[in-house]
Amino acid sequence: MLDEFMQGFASAREVNLMRIKEAKENGAKVVGIYCTYCPQELILAAGAIPVGLCGMSENPIAAAEETLPRNLCPLIKSSYGFAATDTCPFFHFSDFIVGETTCDGKKKMFEMMQDLKPVHVMQLPHVNNTKASFDLWVEELRCLKNRLEKELQVSISDQDIWEAVEVINKENQAVKAMFDLNRADPPPLSGMEMLTAAWSRSFSSNKGEMIKNLHAVVEEVANQPENRQTKAPRVLLTGCPVGLGTEKVIRLTEEMGAYIVAMENCSGYKTLELQTDTNVTDPIVALAEKYLAIPCSCMSPNPYRLELLEKMIDDFRVDAVIDLTWQACHTYNIEAFAVGKLVKSKGLPYLHLESDYSNSDLESLKVRIEAMLEMIEK
Amino acid sequence: MIVIGIDIGSVAAKGYLINYDSHHRALIPTGWSPREAGQTIIERLLAASGLASDQVERIYVTGYGRVAFDQADKTVTEIKCHARGIAELYSEVRTIIDIGGQDSKVIRIGEQGRVLDFAMNDKCAAGTGRFLQVMATALGLDVSELGDAEDPGQMQTISSMCTVFAESEIIGSLARGNPKGGIIAGLHQSVGKRVAAMARRMGIKEQVAFTGGVAINPGVKRALEEEIGAKIMVPEVCQYTGALGAALLALENG
Repeated sequence: MLDEFMQGFASAREVNLMRIKEAKENGAKVVGIYCTYCPQELILAAGAIPVGLCGMSENPIAAAEETLPRNLCPLIKSSYGFAATDTCPFFHFSDFIVGETTCDGKKKMFEMMQDLKPVHVMQLPHVNNTKASFDLWVEELRCLKNRLEKELQVSISDQDIWEAVEVINKENQAVKAMFDLNRADPPPLSGMEMLTAAWSRSFSSNKGEMIKNLHAVVEEVANQPENRQTKAPRVLLTGCPVGLGTEKVIRLTEEMGAYIVAMENCSGYKTLELQTDTNVTDPIVALAEKYLAIPCSCMSPNPYRLELLEKMIDDFRVDAVIDLTWQACHTYNIEAFAVGKLVKSKGLPYLHLESDYSNSDLESLKVRIEAMLEMIEK
Repeated sequence: MIVIGIDIGSVAAKGYLINYDSHHRALIPTGWSPREAGQTIIERLLAASGLASDQVERIYVTGYGRVAFDQADKTVTEIKCHARGIAELYSEVRTIIDIGGQDSKVIRIGEQGRVLDFAMNDKCAAGTGRFLQVMATALGLDVSELGDAEDPGQMQTISSMCTVFAESEIIGSLARGNPKGGIIAGLHQSVGKRVAAMARRMGIKEQVAFTGGVAINPGVKRALEEEIGAKIMVPEVCQYTGALGAALLALENG
């Protein structure tokens, strides 16, 4: 039964592609987004379908390198490459793109993307504890709302936004409930299963159905007898975003007999404790608060990421931590030092890996992961 | 009990047979087939010890060729094997520097060779045996001659870390009439700097041991000692530490 749900998540991309195509033919609008900082509530409130476009394939990178420097993070190159070669159907269907100035690479890439599609770039402040940066972010959300109204020729009321807030809050709770299943030992879900389910969110054109399916997984697991006995090491994955297509570290780790029991990255747990406060008067202010609290390494300082990691290490009874940096992602790469210090202070093995989307380093990743697993005393 | 540990590296395959109180070693170039190299090592060890293959209780294999070799009871990473091997030779060692043909690594160990942390460089040839091999060829020498040919008193600094650029740099240096011995000392210093930086990032705790094929070269040992500011011990069997560790783990069924 659990397998069936997982297959449902795995085929979400294909199924939703056809649905979105049909919806487009019936006049619906599609907005492409790249990051968890994008307030998708505003897109839902505009009656449009948000789709995640973050590039997770090596295929379009060579084409992207005709324009972008080679020594740039693969996520940015892949995202741009899909757009430039028009090989991502979701980009193809997007009427409008929303980007953020999360890092230098992305903000300059979005400038180039404007030649391909209308792109609205939100100025994300990199400090999240001052009034000035908060005010800027509120203003940026208002700008996005205005731009959406203009581009999609709709008007967005506060009521529309609050309704969307409720949907996304519920979806977040449902994803968190699924991730939290793995606090159990042995973990009911593999890392690959968690990733498949979480990643399918970016394509889901029907949030209600997504939430229902996530709840169904939680219920199904609750009904399952606990029959698997395992002493398999429990590993937490943190660092740069990982999605279907860039799951090599999760796959290798699990092939060696360990479990990725939790993921702190942005398609994982990073945003799951953050709920939009529905007691605030202005929904834009409420959204700004939630989004600015995301503990991405682009924030300076970024204490919440370390707090969250420490809590996850305890809650998920983690035996070791893998920190994955995509090549040329400076902020995650530098923050790895602080993460390593935290993990080691808890007496656990810590492995920092630097890689890209290619398969050229599978053997060297394997030996590192294997050596780290050998360090676990269990 | 009779056990065998095999370490199939990128350049050389090493074997260590433990037969109760005696032991035998074997080393051959890995060549194009790590699997065949492993097979040959077993044959050599059996021939040297006069034992038959069915007398061997367990075979553990490590090194980059470990996955290609299908006759082992278990594969173990070279990190764990080096740690175990060194713990047997020097119980006081807490940091291992291993420089092989295609990678270099630093391993921090605790009591009984328990691995506490490690760092590896295998993204590029800088700081590996391959780097020295390419440079030796450019200097018209065999890599085994480098150690005795260096002259640190006339050190010529090599600034390129990249193997390709370093090669043209030494050709230029030779053309300007700089002494070969000084250039070789500079090459050793360059490897030492690179690996010492990796070790310092992880934290060096004495005592320090140096293993792998490159440890045979006294020039690299000298450079490493200067760069990390500590005495370094090189076991006589520095090329066999991984194979020894694998054999000991096989003995302990670890």
